[in-house]
Amino acid sequence: MAPDIVLENATTELAEYEATGGYAALAKARAMTPEAVTEDLITSELRGRGGAFFPAGRKWSFVPSKEQLPKPHYLVVNADESEPGSFKDNEILSRVPHRFIEGCLITAHAIDSQHVFVYIRGEYSGPYEILVGALEELKDRPDIRGDVTIVVHRGAGAYICGEETALLESLEGKRGQPRSKPPFPAISGLYASPTVVNNVETITTVPPVIAMGGAEYASLGVPNTRGSRVVSLSGNVVHGGNYEIEPGMSIKDIVYSLGGGIPDGRELKAVVPGGSSTVILTKGEIDVGYDFDSLAQVHTAMGSAGIVVLDDRCCIVQLGIRWSEFYEHESCGKCTPCREGTRWLTAILRKLEDGRATQGDLDLLLSVCDRINGKCLCPLGDSDAIIIASYVAKFRDEFQAHIDNGACPFGGESSLDGVLAPIQMHTHSPVAEVPA
Amino acid sequence: MTGVGSTEPAGSAGAGFPGAEAENSLYEAIQEERAKYPDDSRSAVLPALRLAQGQHGWLSPDALREVAEALELTPAYCKSVASFYDQLHLAPVGEHLVEVCTNVSCAVVGAQRVVEAFESELGCRAGETSDDGKVTLRAVECLGGCGWATIVAVDHHYRTHVSAEHVPAIVEELRGA
Repeated sequence: MAPDIVLENATTELAEYEATGGYAALAKARAMTPEAVTEDLITSELRGRGGAFFPAGRKWSFVPSKEQLPKPHYLVVNADESEPGSFKDNEILSRVPHRFIEGCLITAHAIDSQHVFVYIRGEYSGPYEILVGALEELKDRPDIRGDVTIVVHRGAGAYICGEETALLESLEGKRGQPRSKPPFPAISGLYASPTVVNNVETITTVPPVIAMGGAEYASLGVPNTRGSRVVSLSGNVVHGGNYEIEPGMSIKDIVYSLGGGIPDGRELKAVVPGGSSTVILTKGEIDVGYDFDSLAQVHTAMGSAGIVVLDDRCCIVQLGIRWSEFYEHESCGKCTPCREGTRWLTAILRKLEDGRATQGDLDLLLSVCDRINGKCLCPLGDSDAIIIASYVAKFRDEFQAHIDNGACPFGGESSLDGVLAPIQMHTHSPVAEVPA
Repeated sequence: MTGVGSTEPAGSAGAGFPGAEAENSLYEAIQEERAKYPDDSRSAVLPALRLAQGQHGWLSPDALREVAEALELTPAYCKSVASFYDQLHLAPVGEHLVEVCTNVSCAVVGAQRVVEAFESELGCRAGETSDDGKVTLRAVECLGGCGWATIVAVDHHYRTHVSAEHVPAIVEELRGA
């Protein structure tokens, strides 16, 4: 049920890691050609764990050879984990830093790169110190490091830098605003050179894939979602934490068997399956496998695997406000539909919550969603639009009750009542008012 | 100095910074950061801003000028980058920084009560600094510790499972430090 692949034999010590077979996969990979390593990754069907789920081996195969394009190749690891509900990369870097480093070195070999940048979110001081400590242990180990330099680059607080092109901008010393694509990073990424950007969990899965062989890894899990997945469980659940699961396990089992169910004798209301940006599931929809295909059938996604459990005290309009305030705060401002739309969504939802909304405001809310969705360079604004539309679709009665009662039906008793979002601390950005 | 921003030069943690200790000037520390990136890139801006904030407490006009000179950029460019990022302070902050995550996973288990407990202990609102200049309190977006809610970052190190009852002891610890 719960394979230990990524988090197996957790240790921060080099000697202990080597004693349990650590860095053996690196030696195995270096005895193979880069093409053979990439081929094995393609065979493994490992897909990106950052949220986009793109096949990792195929991404590597897009990097042109140095004969075709004579420029340095870069590996950039996305450790800017900031999706509300996701905290798996925090634990992976803290518990298995050497497996992560081994994954960096194998990937660097596969794409013929001598330069690795790990972009870690600025808030992760703990994981940063552990990672730097692990790299320090390799100072006297040229046999492991080879000709590869690993630089750990700290972010400074910006959710958008988890988007790969914004991350590259930030790493180049600029404001973290997404680029338009194409060109894709594989051709023109960091410093306009061929670049592979992979998530921490993806990279940390590479050593076990090489060790066991791509075919064996692909025998675990279900079609389209192979191997294991580290799932972050949080919210109204007894045992929050990270769990490495075999894909296909149902969300119901994750919440009740692994998570111990809902505390305080409350009832389940809804589950957000893959971090804040994924379509919500009602309590009647959670008997669904945690894998790409099963979740696609119910029009949602694994995203970055952050499962947020919400009990019956959660007002769905307030949930929309809190996450819309988050997207409004984190919008980089480059695309108008996102910059303006996210704050309009917040303003209209606030009007609903305060009992000042008319029937037309609900239509206006959905209309703003439509005007954001698909009209921006990156998925940030889309995420706000998609989730708010999903709350209305699945909890329309609750939205209607806010209009009909002229007040929030929770009467100040919602679990999200009065929560202070960071954007409310900023006075330089006046709140948009919805015309009466 | 203890406190806000990077509490010490990143170099003291180890890799890439042999011998980079506190006595190194900011200029030299920034040059060491710069050496990690290609010559014609501006990649050292964020590390340099972090170092400057660690030394000055916040990114004052002087701090921005020092960063700009060390990197051969303009202060305006450095400020334009700094203003994008939540952790970089363009106004003075307290000696210590308390950041309470109020995103959904923390909020549904009581993050707002934690914020209010800090406000009452410190005598200031979130977004402000206590009168003695000791502590700046902020509500922040998801810190990435959702399963161990409520997360409070005290001088950038996470305290997990914080509830309102724990707040007086944390404030006492910071006032005594």
